[in-house]
Amino acid sequence: MAQMNIIQAVNSALHNMFERDETVVSFGEDAGFYGGVFRCTSGLQEKFGKHRSFDTPLAEGGIMGIAIGMGMNGLRPVAEIQFADYIFPGFDQITNELAKLRYRSGGEYSAPVTIRTPCGGGIKGGHYHSQSPEAYFTHTPGLKVVICSNPYDAKGLLISSIECNDPVIFFEPKRLYNGPFDGDHTAAMVKWDSHPKGEVPEDYYNIPLGKAEIVRAGKEVTILCYGTMVHVATAAAENSGIDAEVIDLRTLVPLDIDAIEDSVKKTGRCVIVHEAPRTSGFGAELMSQVQERCFWHLEAPIQRVTGWDTPYPHSLEWDYFPSQERITEAMRATMEE
Amino acid sequence: MSDFGVVKIMGEETDVNMHVPVPPHREGGTAFPSPHDIPAGHHTKPSIDCAGEETRDLAYGLLRVLNDDDEAVGEWNPELTPDELRTALEHMVRIRAYDDRMMMMQRQGRLSFYMKCLGEEAVSVGAAMAMENRDIVVPSYRQQGLLFVRGRSLVDMISHCITNSNDNVKGRQMPVHYSWKEGNFVSISSPVGTQFPQAVGAAMAFAYRGEDSIACTWLGEGTSAQGDFHYGLNFASVYQAPCVLVVVNNQWAISTHRNLAHGGPSFAARGIPYNVASIRVDGQDLLAVYAAHKWATERARAGHGPTLLEMYTYRGDSHSSSDDPSIYRPGDGYENWPLGDPVDRLKAHLVKMGEWDDARHEALQAQCKDEIIAAYKEAETHGTLKDGPFPPVTTLFEDVYEEEPWHLLEQRGQVGI
Repeated sequence: MAQMNIIQAVNSALHNMFERDETVVSFGEDAGFYGGVFRCTSGLQEKFGKHRSFDTPLAEGGIMGIAIGMGMNGLRPVAEIQFADYIFPGFDQITNELAKLRYRSGGEYSAPVTIRTPCGGGIKGGHYHSQSPEAYFTHTPGLKVVICSNPYDAKGLLISSIECNDPVIFFEPKRLYNGPFDGDHTAAMVKWDSHPKGEVPEDYYNIPLGKAEIVRAGKEVTILCYGTMVHVATAAAENSGIDAEVIDLRTLVPLDIDAIEDSVKKTGRCVIVHEAPRTSGFGAELMSQVQERCFWHLEAPIQRVTGWDTPYPHSLEWDYFPSQERITEAMRATMEE
Repeated sequence: MSDFGVVKIMGEETDVNMHVPVPPHREGGTAFPSPHDIPAGHHTKPSIDCAGEETRDLAYGLLRVLNDDDEAVGEWNPELTPDELRTALEHMVRIRAYDDRMMMMQRQGRLSFYMKCLGEEAVSVGAAMAMENRDIVVPSYRQQGLLFVRGRSLVDMISHCITNSNDNVKGRQMPVHYSWKEGNFVSISSPVGTQFPQAVGAAMAFAYRGEDSIACTWLGEGTSAQGDFHYGLNFASVYQAPCVLVVVNNQWAISTHRNLAHGGPSFAARGIPYNVASIRVDGQDLLAVYAAHKWATERARAGHGPTLLEMYTYRGDSHSSSDDPSIYRPGDGYENWPLGDPVDRLKAHLVKMGEWDDARHEALQAQCKDEIIAAYKEAETHGTLKDGPFPPVTTLFEDVYEEEPWHLLEQRGQVGI
């Protein structure tokens, strides 16, 4: 075991997969020689050569286009989009091409592309370095959508994503790269080396897609969350004294519906938390699923704590970012019923 | 009257106004402008390892091999044998018979939609004959000729177009969106231009493995306005990908004339600033199309990088079964196209060589028509658009993912299967 942060865990997953499978290639803007602006692809080019880990022109649509072409012709590309905020020039290639290739060709063609992209806020990135665009992709049949919340999961889930024969969008919450974050921006930076999930094997292992994890067992209310919000929600549970069960979804498509259903039927209360804006956010889907499956077990209306329906702000970031206080308030609202 | 006084009508009493290009003519009987006056045999043939910039004359000129006397002339003459020329002619005549039959069936309601390639048969036949079947083709929607040259079953093609139980894409796409992996023919999609960077990626994968296969892709001149055209050209240039990128300039994108696609003099010329070898080709001249593709393919195979080809041609019929071109363009445009018809020109060349005659041509046309009618009948034994049988309803949920996740299994259950 080694101590790793998420950057090192992602890097370790890529090194393992480069060693195991020579059809795996990695590319993106600044992702070759420099190893990525967050250094997730660091050392790959040096060790495996510039044909396996290479820089690209600044063109997300082109990056997605060549990834699809490589994927349909025998390679297993891992494409990095430098920030999830910049994925939109590649949106047509992802949603109309990558997602539909297997279906539209009657199963003749497919492209096992993994798209890695840092997402989310909490880094004073303003609205072009903080977005959480996962819902656009969960709405597209043919894509799998994964989001990690800690180093151990990041490595195991990324390896499963690369091995998956379906296209996967792998979101890396950038606020968590160097340490867990409980939402208290005034507190001193915490590193992963004091966190149990910072213990990461150097060797290959995987975590199956489609499996959520109960990160805090509880009896009074279920919190459904993913990414950075896993840590904010867990801290809210600890600090409020409410015995909440916190579920890290880990994969949004396909969703681990059994874990959700079991927990909500047990607690009878549900709070959904995400950073992305509220309207048509993934929380809306979660709320529908819980309502459809657990209605007669619910003791109170389901609550959502999300980013506001505004662009992600810069100076007012902490008024936007879902806080422990807002989550606690939502939990209390479900308890008062 | 606005608060600012009299509203100025655009263009009145000023030299400055917004320019919106219009086609040079929408009425019949109008002459077409240059570059048609460049004679066959005019261009020299550079070495396949030349710099892209050295093809400037070819990018702004027009590569022609067949001259006005139906002879093959010049350095670019590919010296095809009479058998090869007859094979090319047969493919083109067969495509035309297929297109005519399919459009007729569409008019009878037996296909939902169809697209002919009248006038553009040489564009795909010449390309396919210059390549190997192992080369990946990532086509647009008017290159059905690739399937003919690579030997796809007519019954399977028709089955796709009438979306019956023998449709290999399981009824999921509109007609003419073929996919044929065995023939290295990549599934066609409707969003135009997306195939350009994809083909570059496929070519990069060949280079990655050290294989000397290439990728070839096509889009229309109207589509060259898309970002994907630039992505493809730029990535091909940067990575020197072994690919051939083709702009089929058939003058019209539905009703949009080519002068709305870009403001320059030549689509091929757009490759020069990327240092991509670029050639504008007379698309009605099978020998020129073949020669250009042969040169570009050999260049890519030998590791000298990509080529951009502009196929200068004319869309002889409607965009698809859904539009009426008489509303927006000259009705006699194709008859007046100064570069002629690809079938007529190749036929005239073979006749001139003493290798073909009218009787054989008529016999070939009759034979192709019979083949198509027979294939259509056979295809209908697998189902018709009206009565089926269609692909089973279970296929609705298959192939979204490699394995069906729970939510699709649940939805499948909701329709009782």
